[in-house]
Amino acid sequence: MAERGDGGRPVAFRGGGFSPRPLGIVGPLVFLAVIAVWEAGCRAGLIPPLVLPAPSEALAALAHLVETGLLWQHLGASLQRLVLGWTCGTLLGIAVGFSIGLFSLARAGLAPVVAAIFPIPKIALLPLFVVWFGIGEGSKVATILFGTFFPTVVATYGGVDNVDRSLIRMGQSFGLSWLSIVRKIILPGALPAILPGFRISAAIAIVLLVAAEMIGAEFGVGAYILLAGSLMALDELLAGVAILSVMGLTVNWLIARTERFLLRWRT
Amino acid sequence: MELRLAGLHHGYGDIEVLRGIDLDFPAGRIVCVVGPSGCGKSTMLRLIGGLERPERGEVVQTGEPPPGCLNPLTYIFQDFALLPWRTVEGNVRLVLEDHGFGRAEIAGIVDDVLTRTRLSEFRAAFPRQLSGGMKQRVAVARALAVSPAFLLMDEPLSALDAQTRELLLDDLVDLWARERFSAVYVTHNLREAVRLGHRVVVLSRRPGTVREVLKIDLPLDARAAHAGELETHRSRLWRLLRDEAQAADLELVDG
Ligand SMILES: Nc1ncnc2c1ncn2[C@@H]1O[C@H](COP(=O)(O)OP(=O)(O)O)[C@@H](O)[C@H]1O
Ligand SMILES: [Mg+2]
Repeated sequence: MAERGDGGRPVAFRGGGFSPRPLGIVGPLVFLAVIAVWEAGCRAGLIPPLVLPAPSEALAALAHLVETGLLWQHLGASLQRLVLGWTCGTLLGIAVGFSIGLFSLARAGLAPVVAAIFPIPKIALLPLFVVWFGIGEGSKVATILFGTFFPTVVATYGGVDNVDRSLIRMGQSFGLSWLSIVRKIILPGALPAILPGFRISAAIAIVLLVAAEMIGAEFGVGAYILLAGSLMALDELLAGVAILSVMGLTVNWLIARTERFLLRWRT
Repeated sequence: MELRLAGLHHGYGDIEVLRGIDLDFPAGRIVCVVGPSGCGKSTMLRLIGGLERPERGEVVQTGEPPPGCLNPLTYIFQDFALLPWRTVEGNVRLVLEDHGFGRAEIAGIVDDVLTRTRLSEFRAAFPRQLSGGMKQRVAVARALAVSPAFLLMDEPLSALDAQTRELLLDDLVDLWARERFSAVYVTHNLREAVRLGHRVVVLSRRPGTVREVLKIDLPLDARAAHAGELETHRSRLWRLLRDEAQAADLELVDG
């Protein structure tokens, strides 16, 4: 360590690390590198096309989908199920979550039922829903609805439970009505717990969507992937998987935007 | 409007917290309540404001609240209790929204109290952007917005640093000089008690009983100039409290 004129030494710095910095370009670079290596491997014959087709072939399959207009048919069918199932499941989940959070009777009656059904992978119930709601749209939407309902209930009533009691007491001390307290204090106070629940339920919804579309669907990304798989058309299969990835990213992005907007009062 | 506590008893489970409290709170005066921590000061304030029901005894309100009063018993909390998702203005508006006022009327009241507490510049700020002292000023503005008959303050300055506390104490003295509000002011800080209190109630350690009520006749705005007299009162209060505080300190928390 360098001696200084006055005989003192600077104190060694030891406070670094443990705080990840955003490095914006690294992610896309890694992504492009993987694609490039993969493409090169396929062209050089190192990766047999029967095992894994080249990214360019998957892209061609995607282009074909766009040209024939089939993309919109598949995507439209999928998005319709996803939006319908997720929205209904989320709204019902928030309503039931609030009842459990606010009313002792609902808590005593419903919380154990929710706890019992929550851990069941809803895919296991898919055949049951086909019997109940038919092979058509009913069973698909019901599966997604059911899958998103439970995580939303759990996130919501956890959020309601965690609302700062002193804020509720403040509301009461100013004579606010019950409805005002719920709307203006409990709802916004629970939002930071409810919104991350949306990410989880959206991910679950996409999994269930694909699973549901593999049973008796004519259109839908899941149906397209299943068909491609059974025909060993791996390029089409990869195109389908890419569509799912983009779908997931878009949903996440939308939720992140919503979160940033609704929670802009936080640091 | 005046408040009277008659034979107030309260406890939690096996713990007796307050025992036989008889007190008067006159209109237009600040009554400070001091006592060792855990003696039931906050509990007493919750009982006074109707946030909890006493086990025995009652809190009696005599006379009518002043006209235009929206919330006769209004708290100012130690932790400010501002909604973090509402701006300064929104936090004040919150307590006016349930009273059937029109938009313009609410805006008028909000403007008025923000001016009176010198917060107009900060009306669009969120609580996280404010210092502790400013947050408590917002809470004071919110309380003034409902024109309370009594302010119930639970250690309103205890979460603040010493300098901010001094500034806010001066603000409260000014405010009282202008508005002559009635208040029950709970604190464990004897300097605050002798600066603000027309009377100082000394509670014993748990179970809290009234040990003494000290009257300080010096007008509030003259007190800064009579440091000597205040110090006499303060050291008298400290002698009363010292043994109680020491004994309370040695008790097991859930003993
Ligand atoms: N809701 C409650 N449940 C159980 N015990 C409580 C509750 N609130 C206060 N206590 C107990 O009552 C006693 C008095 O509390 P508190 O009124 O907060 O004292 P202070 O404000 O004088 O410090 C303490 O021993 C505390 O542990
Ligand atoms: Mg207290």
